[in-house]
Amino acid sequence: MDPTDRRYTEEHEWVKMDGDVAVVGITSFAQDQLGDVVYVELPKVGDRVEAMKSFGVIESVKTASDLYAPVSGVVEAVNGSLTGSPETVNDAPYEGGWLIKVKPDNPADIDTLMTAQQYGEQVAGS
Amino acid sequence: MAFVPLTADERQAMLEQIGVGSVADLFADIPASVRFPQLDVPPPLTEIQTVAKMSALAAKNQPVGQLACFVGAGYYNHYSPSVVSHLMGRSEFYTSYTPYQPEVSQGTLQYSFEFQSLVCDLFEMDVANSSVYDGASGAAEAVLMALRISRRDRVVLDGSVHPEHRAVVAAYLDGRGIEVVTTNVGIKDGKLNRQSVVEQIDGETACVVIQQPDFFGTIRDLAAIVAKAREVGALVVYVVGDPVSLGLLKTPGGWDADIAIGEGQGLGLPLQYGGPGVGIMTCKTAHLRQLPGRIVGQTTDHDGRRGFVLTLQAREQHIRREKATSNICTSQTLLALGATIYLAAMGPAGLKQAAGLSHKQTRAVADQIRRVDGYRVVNDGPFFDEITVTCPADGDTMRHELAKRGIIGGYALGREYPGLENALVLCATEMTTSEEIDRLVSGLREIGGAR
Repeated sequence: MDPTDRRYTEEHEWVKMDGDVAVVGITSFAQDQLGDVVYVELPKVGDRVEAMKSFGVIESVKTASDLYAPVSGVVEAVNGSLTGSPETVNDAPYEGGWLIKVKPDNPADIDTLMTAQQYGEQVAGS
Repeated sequence: MAFVPLTADERQAMLEQIGVGSVADLFADIPASVRFPQLDVPPPLTEIQTVAKMSALAAKNQPVGQLACFVGAGYYNHYSPSVVSHLMGRSEFYTSYTPYQPEVSQGTLQYSFEFQSLVCDLFEMDVANSSVYDGASGAAEAVLMALRISRRDRVVLDGSVHPEHRAVVAAYLDGRGIEVVTTNVGIKDGKLNRQSVVEQIDGETACVVIQQPDFFGTIRDLAAIVAKAREVGALVVYVVGDPVSLGLLKTPGGWDADIAIGEGQGLGLPLQYGGPGVGIMTCKTAHLRQLPGRIVGQTTDHDGRRGFVLTLQAREQHIRREKATSNICTSQTLLALGATIYLAAMGPAGLKQAAGLSHKQTRAVADQIRRVDGYRVVNDGPFFDEITVTCPADGDTMRHELAKRGIIGGYALGREYPGLENALVLCATEMTTSEEIDRLVSGLREIGGAR
């Protein structure tokens, strides 16, 4: 079961409010599908990201995939530790493997995304 | 099954289906004058006549071997051990196409790996790809790399980087909204006079592109440029002017270059009308993920035996499509093989010897030209195998006059550098004989005296 304290996108990102910033990562299902993550390309602090648009690329030994922003806003922080140890995305997708923190334009948008249960049903059906 | 062409009945059925009476009606919208024009083609020739005609045309060529060659400017008449052309001409190398199941082509992967390894040694850089099309596309890919890494949009090009490299960089950057600053180079008081590159580098600069030896042949102290780039967080893109020079000169890695590229033709590859060449491309480990093209890695198979694989492929176009690091399709594998054989055959000592002889002959050219009235060597520092010389007439006239004397008389700078119409870049290599130098100098004396 995916953590219930956050919301999920159809593109397999999760987002969780931490104070007034939204922490973004990819789900355990996504990291499992990708296989060994070897590189993550992230935006710069201060960049704008747009909901459902690509903000970066995640690369595993066999493929490279776009990362989609769950919400629109400005990047507050990027997980710099992934540069040296991208495998953290595999090991701890919901904690140490977070990707970016975004100051959302409208925090309420997050509530429109899937719950853990809805996401679990989508994944089960895929 | 035999090849069966369209029958008249089938054609008629198709015409009826689309509702036209004849093929002529189908093409009625195209003006009659361009539909089946009478072509002005000469009558057919027999095989004997054809061979004679083609041979006569081929005989108009003036191969380097029949002339005294003093042109370099990116492509160099260096010695190539006979093993290079012999092995490159073997059909298993010569006819092989890009392997679509690369891991099955262990031989191709192995020599690509050897090429990368030798290039890393030669350039003293961390990683190399298995080549790009040529030096100019290497320069453009290096600039794109620097733009991706730095996420800035300003490029400083030293004006003494090869003009064709700069032109290809400009073509790649066209329409991307990137500011490109090119420094001026002129002649003042009998010496090359350069606009400061250091002053053009600022906090917005993605990279500074420099060449050594530069297009004028000069070897420069690049320390101030590298230091300024480091200070403001710009990358240093280093173009190796002639790869043979690395037999003697401080390497790109020695200068702390971030990305180093070069045209590899000088490494034993033929001149053949100025191409094709092979683009060498290297970088620091930190930038590996942004390096375009193919990279071959070494690994072990299930049984622990050494094997070679295409690695980091997820960055490549067949997986990332429009998000690929580059749309460069492939490598110049055959020519990279030639360069690999050359480096293996020459070894460090052989390369150093070729470089030393090239420099010695070029110094002899410079020393003799300095004694001829009306000519002046204007390099603003030491040189390797090329010098810039001002002449009593414009460069194209000089080249024309020298050609009458069986001499390929250098590169006329006026084409690319307004104000330097009277200047030639002259090159000598280990292939240049003392007799050829004497011929050049007496030719220059005659031409100068006639004015």
